[in-house]
Formats: sequence, structure tokens, C-alpha cells
Amino acid sequence: MSIIQLAHQRTERQPNPPLTRDDILGTAQALRWEIDDFHEKLTETLYAEAARIADRAVTRPGHTPGFDLDRAIDRIVTSRVWSFPVMMLLLTIVFWITISGANVPSEMLSSLLIGKVYPALHQIAAGIGLPWWLSGVLIDGMYLATAWVVSVMLPPMAIFFPLFTLLEDFGYLPRVAFNLDSLFKKAGAHGKQALSMMMGFGCNAAGVVSTRIIDSPRERLIAILTNNFALCNGRWPTQILIATLFIGALAPAYPSASPLPSVGDFALRAGLAGLISALAVVGIAMLGVFLTFAVSWALSRTALRGEVSAFSLELPPYRPPRVLQTIYTSIIDRTLFVLWRALTFAVPAGAAIWLSANIHIGGVSIAEHLVNLLNPIGVLVGLNGVILVAYLFAIPANEIVIPTVLMLTVLVTGMSGVGAGAGVMFQMGDADTLALLRAGGWTLLTGINLMLFSLIHNPCSTTLLTIYKETGSRKWAAAAALLPLALGFIVTFFVTQMWRLLGGAG
Amino acid sequence: MTTRLPDHPTSCAGCACSGAHSAANLSRSGINMENWDYVVALAGNPNTGKSTVFNALTGLRQHTGNWPGKTVARAEGGFEYAGKRYKLVDLPGTYSLLATSDDEEVARDFILFGQPDVTLVVVDATRLERNLNLVLQVLEITDRAVVCLNLMDEARRHGLHIDERRLARDLGVPVVPTVARSRKGFDLLLQMIAEVADGRAVGLPHRIQNEPPALKRAVSTLVRQIEAVFPGLPNARWVALRLLDGDERVAEAVSKGELGNLAATAVSMAAACHP
Repeated sequence: MSIIQLAHQRTERQPNPPLTRDDILGTAQALRWEIDDFHEKLTETLYAEAARIADRAVTRPGHTPGFDLDRAIDRIVTSRVWSFPVMMLLLTIVFWITISGANVPSEMLSSLLIGKVYPALHQIAAGIGLPWWLSGVLIDGMYLATAWVVSVMLPPMAIFFPLFTLLEDFGYLPRVAFNLDSLFKKAGAHGKQALSMMMGFGCNAAGVVSTRIIDSPRERLIAILTNNFALCNGRWPTQILIATLFIGALAPAYPSASPLPSVGDFALRAGLAGLISALAVVGIAMLGVFLTFAVSWALSRTALRGEVSAFSLELPPYRPPRVLQTIYTSIIDRTLFVLWRALTFAVPAGAAIWLSANIHIGGVSIAEHLVNLLNPIGVLVGLNGVILVAYLFAIPANEIVIPTVLMLTVLVTGMSGVGAGAGVMFQMGDADTLALLRAGGWTLLTGINLMLFSLIHNPCSTTLLTIYKETGSRKWAAAAALLPLALGFIVTFFVTQMWRLLGGAG
Repeated sequence: MTTRLPDHPTSCAGCACSGAHSAANLSRSGINMENWDYVVALAGNPNTGKSTVFNALTGLRQHTGNWPGKTVARAEGGFEYAGKRYKLVDLPGTYSLLATSDDEEVARDFILFGQPDVTLVVVDATRLERNLNLVLQVLEITDRAVVCLNLMDEARRHGLHIDERRLARDLGVPVVPTVARSRKGFDLLLQMIAEVADGRAVGLPHRIQNEPPALKRAVSTLVRQIEAVFPGLPNARWVALRLLDGDERVAEAVSKGELGNLAATAVSMAAACHP
């Protein structure tokens, strides 16, 4: 007599004593032994039923379309040969539009906020007789920090986020995840990390939040800890400026052999310099992607060992994006959200910079004390004290690194006739900036190392706070800060030592 | 040509649209929902336009992305229709309710234990077969369901004709064709949600019948026992299937008697609806 029959007897012939909940579980357990592959049989039944119902309801008229556009696109963007070039090309286009498109509105905002409103504020302050230190903290510190962050951050974000969201709406992102999946799997991480890394290119805080799509805590932690290696918006301006000043300058002065340079030579040189600096920036971004894989690999073999979880990723149909709604939601949800968080940190940072440059201890300002203190470490890794102090001030927002560097350089070199006074963040033309930096002892090596350090250092405090909120752990937030910082010092140290060994200047 | 999209309430012949039940009566409440009359769960495969339906009903602008796994947390919103207030709960997009991932468990638990008044299943009309797997699983749990046959414009572009009346007959619950992006078909959708919520439309949902005999025998044995212990349980068959599949969460619910509470609520609700 089989167990099923026994179970039948129990229910049918012996109504007393009454069944209990545990009887149900017991019967279920017994019955489970009777049926092989229950799960598969059930799933098959379900699929067969779904197919039958769908078949009755759907009719496909005569001809099926011979050309499937979706499949044709997929064949290219997920192909073995073309997927990576297409990805690079699309990314380059997005960044090129962002970089070149943000220039004009940035300059307009900057000339309005810094060129017009800033002196007007000073006039008002003078008019109502504000003490110099109060107008210094408020206008030269807090207001200028705000104005700088708005004019530098707002335009690129307002261009980058909608572009990125359009790609997302179109359906391209799952294809990127599909392409990168095998690489991430080899690194012991989750394929969906490709998506959070892409978000990180916009903003690391947003990237960290987006790791929620990864179910496994181990793989999610890897994605969080390495998100910082995706070069975020706040760091693009630093990369672009330094690449233009130091790397672009490597373009040969006179490409043609004629003794006197022609107009064409100048144009050619400018184009060449632009291309070289653009490639340098893309190179840094790619180094970041490489580090993402390398560090993920190292983490998954040390502190975060475990199984790689599989996931099924449906490649959704391509859909024409809804442009206007996308722009609206990405500006509200992402751009203004991130900008607001940056501002809440930039305002106190602006006050701190001004105060440190204007409070003197033993005849020397705090900022100068700090610069002198950190200079030996800076020189060891091919940077200098000014840069390290600037990165201290820039913990809240990476955007304020360059203006802080310039202000501190003026202070340290004692150059007169430039800038607007101690503790005032400002922006000058490229030629002036280069002259100032060279006077501060900068070389090509300093430029390269600054670009490297800008990629590989601790995430901004907004991102760290987000990491703490997402992981709920001080330990992991600290790891997320210290790991890239240590790596940054190691990388710049070795680059510097190699450079000096090979006889380079600096 | 059997597919029909009611663009305007007046053109909706044969579905008894009264003036009181048009989308003009829809008032979106965003997240400010204090007291509601009915709870509506929003389920569906990833990438079927579920978030677009959510936004269109609630007036919220949760970002909708064209990739799976976009809804990372359970979102809630509200709307008011024909004098009643509805709370809409957006569940994570899943392909099944077999609880093999966190997302599936969240969706399953809410439909089972949250006892929504209506479960709205959003379905991609261009991928009906795959999407019906989830619909059939939802219908095993609850009979208070409405199927939103979305992306009808894409289906038409692909040359598909879908007989939604036949589908509704086969599934035993209302099926409403929609284009959520342009809010086509929402009048009828809202009306159907309202009718299922207040019990005017009573579904007789499809239950799977073509299982292999061994499976069928085991299920019916177990169902009899479950019904003896939990009288009035609306989805004893589904519970039996889950127990046979070794679902620990459901086994726990059985042994702790959580299912008993479900049954008690179902009975008292039935009494309240049909005094």
C-alpha cells in the first residue's frame, strides 16, 4: 500500500481524531517522496498551460516580418567583436557631448554668479557696514563655494544624466551588463555590477544606491566598495583642466617643417592638443574600469570570498525613449537631488577654506601650516602639500579641488597681482593658471599624478554617508574610504619613483 | 480584428460605462494616502510598463527605466476613483512567484499575506505566453485579480492580434487592453479595479487542470486535509502545491496557523460582502 493510499485512508475513513496542522506537513512530506521532480513537473505544467491559453488568444496574420530590427541591433551591440568598440564609442559620445556642451552654460553661470553677483554682494556688504571678517566668511567663503559648485556641477549633470537616462530608456544598459557580465563573473562579482558602475560615472552616491539591484550581500559589498573607481562628475573638471594644461602641452609645437609657423599649423596643433588631452581623460576613465575589475577580483578572493550568483537577464525590446519626460524626471530625480547634497557640503567647506587662510598662528595662516606639514608626503608621491590640503578641503565635494589648489598656491608662492586675496576661490584663464602652477613648482609629473590621485582616492563625504546608510556598517564605510586612498598613494608613489629612475624631470 | 482600445469612455460600447466611471473621476493622491478603502497590489514581469501604470494611476513620477530590476524598493501611492480611495502597492517585477529570489518572495508574500483587495497584473501583450506564467500563479493564490494587457501599441506594431475576451474567459478574470504610456484603456481599467474591489465582479479564476495524474492525486489528497484544518481558505490548492514543492515559508505559515488567520479573514470578509 503506497503512502498516498495511506494518506487517503487517514482523511476518508478516520475523521476522528481531528487533523492537526502538523498532519498536513507530515502528509506533504510523505507525498513529496512519491513524486520525482515535483518542481519541474509543476513548472512544465504551468508553461504548457500558459502556452495553450496564449495560443488561443493571439493570432499572427499571414506574413511575419522578415527583418527584426531589435535582433539586428542586438547582433551588433552584443557581438564578440563589436560590442566593446560600440560601448567605447557610445561612452565617448556621451562624455564628449557632456564636456563640450557644458562649457558654454558653465561660463555663463560663472560670469553671472562670480563676475556680477559676487562684486554686487561685496558692495552691499560695504554699504551696510559689515565687518571684513563676516563678509569674508559669508561672501568670499560660503557664497563663492556655492557659486563655483553650481556653475561647474550643474551644467554637466543636467546634460549627462538625461543622456544616460535616454540610453537607459532605449534599452541599451542591459546590453552593457550582458557584455560585461563574463568579465565581472571572472572577477568574482555580480554581472549587474556593470549597471551600478555605469551609474557611478554620473555620481558615486547614486551608483552606491543603485547596487540595491544586487541581491547577494557579498557581491553588493564588492560593487559598493569599487564604485568609487568609476570617475564621477565631480572629478571630470579636474581631469579635463589638468589634461589640457599638462598633457595637451606635449603636442609638438610646429608639426610642419617650415621655419615659420602658419595659421594652419596653429589650428593643427590645437586640434592635436585637444585630441591628446581627451584621450588622456578617457585613458584615466578606462584605468578606473580596470581597477574596478582588479579590486573586485582581489576582494572576492580575500575578505569577500563566496559563490558567484547567477542571474537571468532579459534583454528587453528597444523602445523609443520619451525625450521630454526623461529630461524632466532625470533633472528632478537625479540632477537636483545630487546638486542639493553637494551644496549642503560645499557651503561649510567654503567657510572653512576662507577661515583657514585668514586665521594666523605665529604669523602664518592655518592653511600654510597645513601645506608645510603635508608637503614632505606630497613630494614623496610626486604631488605637493598644496594638493593634499586641497583634497582635505575637498572631502565634501571634489568639485572644489582646482580652485582651492590655485588659492593655496597663490598663498604659498607669495605671488602678487593674481587672485583676489587670501581665501578667495577664483578661476583664471588657462595660460595664467599654467604660469601660476609652474611657479608653484609643478611639472608634467605633478599633472599626471594629480590625474591619477583624482581617480584613486577616498570617495566624497556624500558617497561615504550613502555607503554607511546602505551597508549600516561603519567598518565598511571606513574600508571604502581607506582602500582607494592607500591604493592612490601606492600608485602615485610608484609612478614617481619610476619617473625619477628613468630620469624624468621632477 | 478583435482587439479594441477604448480611447474615450463614450466609445466604450458594450461595457456598460456610466458617466460616473470615467477617468475624469480619477484623482491622483501621490503619496498622501491616509485612509483608504481598498488596497491594490501591482504585479507583473519586469519591463512590462508596470512602473508606468503605477505613475499614471498615482500621479507620482517614480523613474521608469527600460531594464529589469529597476524597482528596487516597494513603492506605494494612492488614487481616488468614483468616491473610493485606493492604495496602490508596486511590487518588484518578477517572472514567477516560486520564491527563488528576494524579489519573488516580497511579491508572493504581499499577495498572500497582505491580502490586497485587488491584484492588478500588468502583462506585456507582445510576450503573452511568458507573461501568463505569472498570471496563472497569481490566479492560484487569489481570485480578486485584474489583468492589464499593456503595450498594446507594440503588439499591434508587431502584427499581433489579441482576443482579450477569449483571454478573459480562459483566465476567468477581467482583462483590459491598455497603452500605459499614453493612458489608453485606463477608463475601463479603473472601472474593473473598482468592480473587483467592491465585489461586483466576482472572478472564477482559471486553475491548472492538466497536471500529470500522480501530481493531481497528491494535490487533491493534501487539499482535503488543508480544507479540513483551515475551513474557508480561498487558496488551499495553491498551499498544497507549495507544500509539495517544499516551500519552507508556506510550511511555516501552516504550522504556525498564519493560514488560519487568512481563512478567518476571508470568511468574515465574505460575510460582510454578502450579508
